[in-house]
Amino acid sequence: MKKLLTALLAAPAIALASGAALHLDKAPEVQRDNAALQSGARTFVNYCMNCHGLSYVRYNRLTQLGLSEQQIKDHLLFTADKIGEPMRIAARPAEQKAWFGATPPDLSLVARSRASEDGSGADWLYTYLRSFYRDKARPTGWNNLLFENVGMPHVLWQLQGIQVLNAEHALELAIPGTQTPAEYDKTIADLVGFMVWAAEPEAGFRKQLGFGVLAFLLVLFGFAYKLKKNYWKDIK
Amino acid sequence: MASNSNYEKYKSDGSLQGNLLEWFDARFPATSMWRGHLSEYYAPKNFNFWYFFGSLAMLVLVIQIVTGIFLVMHYKPDAALNASGIPIAFASVEYIMRDVPWGWLIRYMHSTGASAFFVVVYLHMFRGMLYGSYRQPRELIWVFGTLLFLCLMAEAFMGYLLPWGQMSFWGAQVIVNLFSAIPLVGEPLSIWIRGDFVVGDATLNRFFSFHVIAVPLVLLGLVAAHILALHEVGSNNPDGIEIKKRKTPEGIPLDGIPFHPYYSVKDIVGVVVFLMVFSIIVFFAPEGGGYFLEYNNFIPADPLKTPPHIAPVWYFTPYYSLLRAMVWPLFGIDAKFWGVVAMGGGVVILAFLPWLDRSPVKSIRYRGPIFKTLLTLFVISFFILGFLGTKAPSYAFFGVIPGAPVAQLLSLYYFLFFLTMPWWSKIDKYKPEPDRVTM
Amino acid sequence: MSNESKVDCGRRRLVVATAAVGGAGALVALVPFLSSMLPSERAKAAGAPVEVDIGNLELGQMMTVEWRGKPVWIINRTKPMLETLPELNDQMADPNSDKDMQPEYCKNETRSIKPEYMVVVGICTHLGCSPSAKFKHGPADGMAADWLGGFLCPCHGSTFDFAGRVFKNKPAPDNLEVPPHMYLSDTRILIGEHKKGA
Repeated sequence: MKKLLTALLAAPAIALASGAALHLDKAPEVQRDNAALQSGARTFVNYCMNCHGLSYVRYNRLTQLGLSEQQIKDHLLFTADKIGEPMRIAARPAEQKAWFGATPPDLSLVARSRASEDGSGADWLYTYLRSFYRDKARPTGWNNLLFENVGMPHVLWQLQGIQVLNAEHALELAIPGTQTPAEYDKTIADLVGFMVWAAEPEAGFRKQLGFGVLAFLLVLFGFAYKLKKNYWKDIK
Repeated sequence: MASNSNYEKYKSDGSLQGNLLEWFDARFPATSMWRGHLSEYYAPKNFNFWYFFGSLAMLVLVIQIVTGIFLVMHYKPDAALNASGIPIAFASVEYIMRDVPWGWLIRYMHSTGASAFFVVVYLHMFRGMLYGSYRQPRELIWVFGTLLFLCLMAEAFMGYLLPWGQMSFWGAQVIVNLFSAIPLVGEPLSIWIRGDFVVGDATLNRFFSFHVIAVPLVLLGLVAAHILALHEVGSNNPDGIEIKKRKTPEGIPLDGIPFHPYYSVKDIVGVVVFLMVFSIIVFFAPEGGGYFLEYNNFIPADPLKTPPHIAPVWYFTPYYSLLRAMVWPLFGIDAKFWGVVAMGGGVVILAFLPWLDRSPVKSIRYRGPIFKTLLTLFVISFFILGFLGTKAPSYAFFGVIPGAPVAQLLSLYYFLFFLTMPWWSKIDKYKPEPDRVTM
Repeated sequence: MSNESKVDCGRRRLVVATAAVGGAGALVALVPFLSSMLPSERAKAAGAPVEVDIGNLELGQMMTVEWRGKPVWIINRTKPMLETLPELNDQMADPNSDKDMQPEYCKNETRSIKPEYMVVVGICTHLGCSPSAKFKHGPADGMAADWLGGFLCPCHGSTFDFAGRVFKNKPAPDNLEVPPHMYLSDTRILIGEHKKGA
């Protein structure tokens, strides 16, 4: 019996001991840093939202990041009239398809859908947005080390500058941009943090509540266990 | 034990409350149900850890039904695209996650509940194998149980289409296409199931209907049958001996204790512990590392783009491995057909267990080394089959041991374990059973 | 004997305590389920206050805007229209708007902030039909000869005057509801919200 249990426990451990493929850079954790998330929101609205919607997030949800409704209206609300409306793009999906050949996907959930065995969705995004390089062979002039032959051009190149692939097939900054590499990494970290937040705005509250529920169940367990012990005294 | 009619009816003590109860009990078998199934249902006193999972399965069923009722209030089974170009069904799930007050909690409870259901049911079934709970006179309980398992698989499969993500869509596409493997009628059959030439709006709507009402009704009926049959013959126990053989002069089993209050208070402890584990997943890891909510399912269904790797949800993967193991055509029929036969057969064969096992004792405690070894190997191979089912067929352990032949070998073992059981269970050694249960 | 009763006492206390804690938990667990039936963020966004430009609303005319899925009428009342109101007082079920069908700042003779502009929810207080405008005097709109103008509910015949007050002995029990509203400027009204503290 004991042996059987040990074997049961060991089986998945053996099975899981197998290698990963992609190397992803670890995205810095910024979920508790409202300033970082606000800066990410600004980057998103100014750069990403020209093509990508965030259509499951309502503008007034941004108040959760410490912004006031007036601030949202003044600085971020460009594609809707009302603060309660979703963060859609101005263009229609069909028009986009005509312009780009494909509809740029909505990014509300990208931080969840890009997760894999190799790393979290945040790690993937953080690596991806820092892996663009100049490639004359591509129609957009850009390629990406993580996402080969990607359809999207490097929208943030003015900030990062221009990277090229060197002889070792590694990225190298050929022409610096307006931001230093450290500043650019921070910009991307904030942006990715914002996308992680947008993928599940309730996540922070969910975890807080979890501790409360577990604390309650622990108390209930104490009573239930004592009750059981009390009754089972009868059983010899 | 639960022959209900013999209990005396409730007699009022003259109080208003008592009179009401008497009136009610004269018209409804309240007393007899209470006594027959709870306060005078005598269960063996030596239940151990493995005996929690029956009541937990009931609990999960209740969680799924209640959360399901509230999800249906907001979910829309519609494959059409909304103004943002997102399928309405997919968007309605995100609507529940974000816009409906507490919707995220209800949805995570339901999605975690699906996985929890299978965890609990697999452990419940394994308990049956450990202690021979399927043996005479409990064959029918086991057969009802197998049917429940089958229903649960159908329920889970159809429910998984509803979020209308990439894995929902392509999983349904693959599984429905399996039916096309059946000779002659296969192709029209799969079109009939889908109501379309691909998985589409018609499929989504009928799966919704089945998931929400048809299959749950059958499930509830089977649960009732499962429990009624159990209470007719009485519970097995870790010693695998019949407690009804030794009774007090009043006819109460010497090793039996009333289910209520003893096992009700014990099951409450099990319920609280289960809820703790359940809450940890719901609140801290609702995606279950990509096993409970698959990452690709956060992308809306796209009939033009198959994800690079499709895997069913973890609870189907052992059977998915059986399906993929069949790669050779036999008797002039496609390998695909034999894959379906292997997958279906893998579930159906469980129902025959009561008649395949010829051991003179029921419980693993008194069974011999052959059973212990083969059962251990069975469990390990079931895990590995499950693991390989989540991987692409090209997967290799440590990059060197190819997964596909391993899966084929283990699939063979899966069936041989059952098919050769009449032989090895007979020649195995066994220890004498005790007279009375051991605590 | 005494020992046994002590055990029972402790057991009883434990049963009560466990049931109380478990019951409290079950009650709290009801909250998410019941709250999920409240208006969602989408419904709230759709029910958000509506801004209306009344600059082009001519004297004696009426416009309809949608607020929370209900028609809200804005009527630019003429002087003769307003003069009918005190005349009708004794025919009204609630002439002084004593019932709570309007915000405090509209509890006056004209049931409005500015006398000429009437803002009212166009839903009959009987069973929820939307009354139709019968602005002309007398039988011109198919009304009785002594009709001074107002609204008629097509469903069960309730009639209302230019302030949305219901006539006596009609099926509708209450005056039409005046929604919370405020003037952002002379020509812009915000329906659904009033000044903080108002």
